[in-house]
Amino acid sequence: MSELHAVGMTINGQSYRADIEARMTLADFVRHVCGLTGTHVGCEHGVCGACTLIADGRATRSCTMYAVQAHGSVLTTVEGLAQPDGTLHPVQQAFTDFNGLQCGFCTSGMQMTIAAYLEENPSPTEREIRELISGNICRCTGYQGIVRAALDAAQKLRESR
Amino acid sequence: MGMRNLGAAVHRIEDDRLIRGKGKYVDDIKIAGTLSAAFLRSSEAHARIKSIDLAAARAIPGVVAVYALDDLGPKASQRMVQAYPNPAIKIDVTPYPLAKDEVCYVGEPIAVVIAENRYLAEDGVQAIGLELESLACVIDARDALKPGAPPVQTAFSSNLAATLNWKFGDIDQAFTDADHIFEQEYFQHRGGPHFMECRGILAQPDVAGGRLTIWSSTQSPFLVRRYLAAYLEREESSIRVLAPDVGGGFGPKAVHYAEELVIAMVAEKLDRPVKWIEDRRENFVSTNQQRDQWWQVQVACRSNGHILGIRAQCIHDNGAYVPYGVLLPNTSIVPFPGPYAIGAVDIEFHSALTNAVPTTPIRGAGRPNATFVIERTVDTIARELGLDRAEVRRLNFVRKDQFPYETGAKLPSGVSVQYDSGDYHRTLEMALEASKKESFEQRRQAAAQVGKWRGLGIASYNEDSGLPPYEGATVKILPSGRVVVEVGSCAQGQGLETIVAQIAADYFGVQTHEILVRTGDTDLPALALSTVGSRVAATVGPSVHLAAQAVREKALKLAARDFEASESDLEIADGRIAIKGVPGKTVGLGDLSRRLIANVNLPVPVGFSPGLEATAYHTTTRPVYANGSNVCEVEVDIDTGEVELLDYWVAHDCGTIINPRLVDGQIIGGVVHGIGNALFEHMRYDRATGQPLCNNLGEYLLPLATEMPQIHVQHMESPSPVNPLGIKGAGEGGTIPGIACIISAIEDALRPLGVKINEYPLSPERLLELIDEKRQRKVS
Repeated sequence: MSELHAVGMTINGQSYRADIEARMTLADFVRHVCGLTGTHVGCEHGVCGACTLIADGRATRSCTMYAVQAHGSVLTTVEGLAQPDGTLHPVQQAFTDFNGLQCGFCTSGMQMTIAAYLEENPSPTEREIRELISGNICRCTGYQGIVRAALDAAQKLRESR
Repeated sequence: MGMRNLGAAVHRIEDDRLIRGKGKYVDDIKIAGTLSAAFLRSSEAHARIKSIDLAAARAIPGVVAVYALDDLGPKASQRMVQAYPNPAIKIDVTPYPLAKDEVCYVGEPIAVVIAENRYLAEDGVQAIGLELESLACVIDARDALKPGAPPVQTAFSSNLAATLNWKFGDIDQAFTDADHIFEQEYFQHRGGPHFMECRGILAQPDVAGGRLTIWSSTQSPFLVRRYLAAYLEREESSIRVLAPDVGGGFGPKAVHYAEELVIAMVAEKLDRPVKWIEDRRENFVSTNQQRDQWWQVQVACRSNGHILGIRAQCIHDNGAYVPYGVLLPNTSIVPFPGPYAIGAVDIEFHSALTNAVPTTPIRGAGRPNATFVIERTVDTIARELGLDRAEVRRLNFVRKDQFPYETGAKLPSGVSVQYDSGDYHRTLEMALEASKKESFEQRRQAAAQVGKWRGLGIASYNEDSGLPPYEGATVKILPSGRVVVEVGSCAQGQGLETIVAQIAADYFGVQTHEILVRTGDTDLPALALSTVGSRVAATVGPSVHLAAQAVREKALKLAARDFEASESDLEIADGRIAIKGVPGKTVGLGDLSRRLIANVNLPVPVGFSPGLEATAYHTTTRPVYANGSNVCEVEVDIDTGEVELLDYWVAHDCGTIINPRLVDGQIIGGVVHGIGNALFEHMRYDRATGQPLCNNLGEYLLPLATEMPQIHVQHMESPSPVNPLGIKGAGEGGTIPGIACIISAIEDALRPLGVKINEYPLSPERLLELIDEKRQRKVS
């Protein structure tokens, strides 16, 4: 288990390199090697979606992927969602406007899932949003605020384009 | 004083850091040199430990230490502290920090491995040699109480953990006077809490300094400190416990666990920071749950539906230990008679030890169970007597003119149960009107024409929220003029920082977001207890009010003397005090703070104590009764057993609303928790072996966005007279009636078939069984 592998990837525009064990998950790499703790780990078996980040343009569960598999990838985590000047992404703004979060633990994964999807489908229906986030579990909000936030963010993104 | 913040739907203070991924949960806190822990847990429901061999684990490079109970030293020779002693407990058995000789449920911690990282710690767990000798186990609480049942622990001669009674009025007379007596049996099961952040602990020792700092994903930092100090026989002041950002709690994080104790002890032994983060599979077998209850219920009523008395017996699944007194059993019986003026109640409640994870309160605790019994009983009366379900509720509700209403019961503290305020009839009408119940039969018929069975559910409740006695608060003005609120209480998503800032802001004419809030830290000046039982807004809120009022009065008094004006001629706006109608003459709160802090040879103003701050406690002996009614509409597919939730209406009274945005969030999230309990969540165990049959979120179904209905919330504010702000609790009011409301709707949908539903969770398979029983009978 002690054999180390050199991995490198770009996260939020910054380059990260490290020598790691093959068994290290991408979530642990992002959190504990890169120090980007905004990506959360809720189940470690790919069901709850809390660890979702965007890898090469796709919403990806970082708990069921090894960091070595992401070698050479371009990642965005929740820390990279806002503009460099701190201006919130429309999804983030909508989450606070529509009470889309309470404890905040599922929030990063929810936001990344929705942000990636709105790039593909700028005009989602409520049903599509509910299907989309059916792979992300929230125990606090009952999802209603999250769904409203996603629809509002979609509208704001459409208006800005 | 213009109330601009209290009651306003302001954005949450917490949100900015959380949406940016800048929150700090326990596993996000980095301290150099921190070691990781992993636990070896029992793979058997009941077994004797024949041998533990730690040598191979200790030999793994990167493994720093491995401990079984004996290795923790003499301090670990006692069982853990009983959090809530109660004379009703017959078998008062808390666990050892790690198992001693015997394991009593799958998941019980046996040994801990400390390593340079979590991967190596788990390698260490794999390498431990463990020999277990299987013993007979019992999982079903009813079986556990039968003569000859295997003892849950070998030392027991019985598995009866506790018997509780809840009675008032003349129950025999009620049944003598009855026109009708109905009997029902109910099976109720609520699963695990399933907060998204599993439990976690980080312990940082300072052995030389005699101080230990613990970050715990807890609802009760002050109680964690208390139990750690008691167990470790040290002063409470030598331990600091902090609850950082906590990713959901829902009750089980209020309990002090063995892992907290073990990690604290191990960190001090190694003189290194040690962290343990529970993983989800561990969570299924180690975090407390709330499982089975079997109820037998008899109700005595008049022909018009007037309820004279309820008699009930319950057998409750306690799990393998009693770590949290009888709080869960108590909350299952104390809610009787609910929102109804029922003259007599007699409940006998037996808590049975079983070879499974201990059970302690989860969102609502036993109240959803009690409410299910009461509401199903009301529906039964309506069904059997051919009455309207809403009408039976109206007939029996405590009336508005009866408040404060004494039920006749007395709490264990000796205080009489007194419903403080509300209008139960009005909230029922609000929910019914919103649901357009008058046209429901047309909707039922329209659905029937396309082969769908549509039903309407009703459930009412009240809740002893805002549990006494106190949560303290400190309000201070910094020399900069910044207003600070410090509360030891902590939050797990409720928005505590925002509401305490809202309450304080109006006293100083500042905005909510300008206030600096600190929470969840035993080093803060005011004492706190625990964020449970929908209690913190109603207990800490009034304390913030009292502290802010005292600080404001002190500031006004000093400014009045300086201005040679009367205090009543002064006003506070934007953090400055001015004379009303006199422009230009103002003094900042920061200036007053600096004067009151003073300096060497620079005196404090005569007649004033130093500093512009106050710590205050609103102390109470009584809970406050939140209440309301829910209505929902469902459609059932009788060929598949699928239940579609269409719409859900809540009319809710939590007294004075501090922030409607947050109350809506609490209610909607609470309803969804109730929906999970009603339809999805089932923590199954194999009855023969005691093995859990689900230990991941693929097998254990939580509510998902796709299955949830639109939830429409209305508020009625009847301020409680029990506290100066009139606040009642909101955290559990969605969950408590939720289960009963969903089941009521499903039964109503299937009324033409005569299906009765006396149980939950109701899976499609189980619902089909119930439907098929009736369909086959109709065919044959």
